[in-house]
Amino acid sequence: MADPATISPATLLKDELDIVIPTIRNLDFLEMWRPFFQPYHLIIVQDGDPSKAIKVPEGFDYELYNRNDINRILGPKASCISFKDSACRCFGYMVSKKKYIYTIDDDCFVAKDPSGKDINALEQHIKNLLSPSTPFFFNTLYDPYRAGADFVRGYPFSLREGVPTAVSHGLWLNIPDYDAPTQLVKPLERNTRYVDAVMTIPKGTLFPMCGMNLAFDRELIGPAMYFGLMGDGQPIGRYDDMWAGWCTKVICDHLGWGVKTGLPYIWHSKASNPFVNLRKEYKGIYWQEELIPFFQSVTLPKDCTSVQKCYIEIANQVKAKLGKVDDYFNKLADAMVTWIEAWDELNPSGASKSSDLPNGVSK
Amino acid sequence: MSLAIKDDEVDIVIGALRSDLTTFMNEWRPMFSQFHLIIVKDPDLKEELKIPEGFNLDVYGKPDIDQVVGSSTSILFSGYSCRYFGYLVSRKKYIISVDDDCLPARDPKGFLVDVVAQHISNLTNPATPFFFNTLYEPYAEGADFVRGYPFSLRGGVKCALSCGLWLNLADYDAPTQALKARQRNSRYVDAVMTVPAGSLIPISGINIAFEREAVGPALVPALKLAGEGKCRWETMEDIWSGLCVKVVCDHLGLGVKTGLPYIWRTDRGDPIASLKKEWEGVKLMEEVIPFFQSVRLPREATTVEECIVEVANAVKERLGSMDPVFARAAKAMLDWVKLWQSVGSSSSRSSAV
Repeated sequence: MADPATISPATLLKDELDIVIPTIRNLDFLEMWRPFFQPYHLIIVQDGDPSKAIKVPEGFDYELYNRNDINRILGPKASCISFKDSACRCFGYMVSKKKYIYTIDDDCFVAKDPSGKDINALEQHIKNLLSPSTPFFFNTLYDPYRAGADFVRGYPFSLREGVPTAVSHGLWLNIPDYDAPTQLVKPLERNTRYVDAVMTIPKGTLFPMCGMNLAFDRELIGPAMYFGLMGDGQPIGRYDDMWAGWCTKVICDHLGWGVKTGLPYIWHSKASNPFVNLRKEYKGIYWQEELIPFFQSVTLPKDCTSVQKCYIEIANQVKAKLGKVDDYFNKLADAMVTWIEAWDELNPSGASKSSDLPNGVSK
Repeated sequence: MSLAIKDDEVDIVIGALRSDLTTFMNEWRPMFSQFHLIIVKDPDLKEELKIPEGFNLDVYGKPDIDQVVGSSTSILFSGYSCRYFGYLVSRKKYIISVDDDCLPARDPKGFLVDVVAQHISNLTNPATPFFFNTLYEPYAEGADFVRGYPFSLRGGVKCALSCGLWLNLADYDAPTQALKARQRNSRYVDAVMTVPAGSLIPISGINIAFEREAVGPALVPALKLAGEGKCRWETMEDIWSGLCVKVVCDHLGLGVKTGLPYIWRTDRGDPIASLKKEWEGVKLMEEVIPFFQSVRLPREATTVEECIVEVANAVKERLGSMDPVFARAAKAMLDWVKLWQSVGSSSSRSSAV
């Protein structure tokens, strides 16, 4: 495989990657991304009122789905796709036919690196996904496959091949992704720190996955990227990406795949209303205290060798152990199963890889 | 959010493997001069140490080592391990230790990196090992915990160890440095982060700091390669020590951070010449890492010393027959704990289990 660093950015994975964008407003932000996004196919998931026409800037190759389309395509299973919440984006993952997905919010713009150069976020995500991860032993110089870095002294050679990278989690300059209480206390804080690193999140460690600037190998981990039941009619919001992240990480740990975080940065321009956010997050702040121990202690049996099997197993455990926290989790567990059924219907015959547990690599 | 540290709470411990420390001390003077220094001379070093004036320091050499530890110990405070003697005789709360071929680095704005201030900041702000914060150190200026970070975990735990990094000559092993002869680390990563609980990390001794009172006995001078030499490429003692510390910290609920500060590591040595010696260390890691990944400490081990004894026993039992270096390491660990208890001041407080 050629070194991604030597391939022209415009051609990297052009026909293998879809960009999924949820929107309820407009897609003006795409103008700034045009130099980087135009070669790629877009999947627009229009949230909210389906009768509103969302204009896509000229020159982009795209497909657009509104709520009517989602209902038509999924029928009764459409109940698992959130309404009035950017969680609806996961419908885009489901209908995509590509190997890779990049998803970005419509208030995220091109950031500049410390030298003043525009950051091609998509290119960096692709590099992250195409190079291995190293979840079994932490490299103190971060991503060992980056130009100018390597494995440090003491890093066992048998672990230097790494494992496939399933997820690339990017970060944000300017408006940081804080929860509502933090936003209320620090309304003026801006993230100005450019941390020039990509790293693998170690096996067994959970993290808060933000869906604003995220890429993943859909063929590997797609079915785990369900963004849950949020928005209209639901008691909770702003935990969609968190939920997907925890499920994804548990499954990646089980199947021996890696999750990276760090570069690339995008510029997050819009601070959402902290009072609105507080209402959405309120229950999550309490429930999270149950959810984290739950995910930290989930064990998946050896015969869960595919993502779908792992995911169904997690859904069963959600029902068994979290149903008593709130009835919402019973509904969520059911929706998780519906999601997998819908995924398999739209992606028949092994579009998602299963994985035998790699020999001798995991603990 | 870091607390003010009194100058008399810090010892800077330097293992001298070279006799002329003039440039080293002068370059570090702005950062070191207000603190007490402990300089331990490698017992194998024949020449007298040359140290410039104007520092508050104590120098220890072979005669001192022999007097304090006697001849009944299996620990050899030679080469890079001489610094552990400094840890033993220190009476301060915090220790900062850098190799004697390191100089202050400059950050991307051109300012000298104050290695002491950064290490102390790392040690005095809590660590967050139970959940990864994607904006790294949440207590840093201009940062915080991100959305989705459980509130009950935001108090963090005590940070017992701070591992810094290196610009210019990175801490690669000999095969890597030999292969990439001209590669120098020029990437300044502006972050500190907690190493997650349950994750192991190769802790380089080139630039570290720790709370001696919390975790001192866990830094063990134990793994001595048969062909150990006077270049970092020819040692694994710090990697072994770091694995012990991390396992103990995970068990006791203490934190380990990595990242800033950077030091500038000067070019020295020949990796190709070291390759011959270092294969031994590289090969041993293949056994060492799985061992440490699977070591489990019993609930009853509630102090650092008890934990180290448990690890030492496990080493003897599971690795002892594989290579004599491990049997020696196990014995050295037990001797170290005894030494610490008799010579080292105040035994470590156990942390709440």
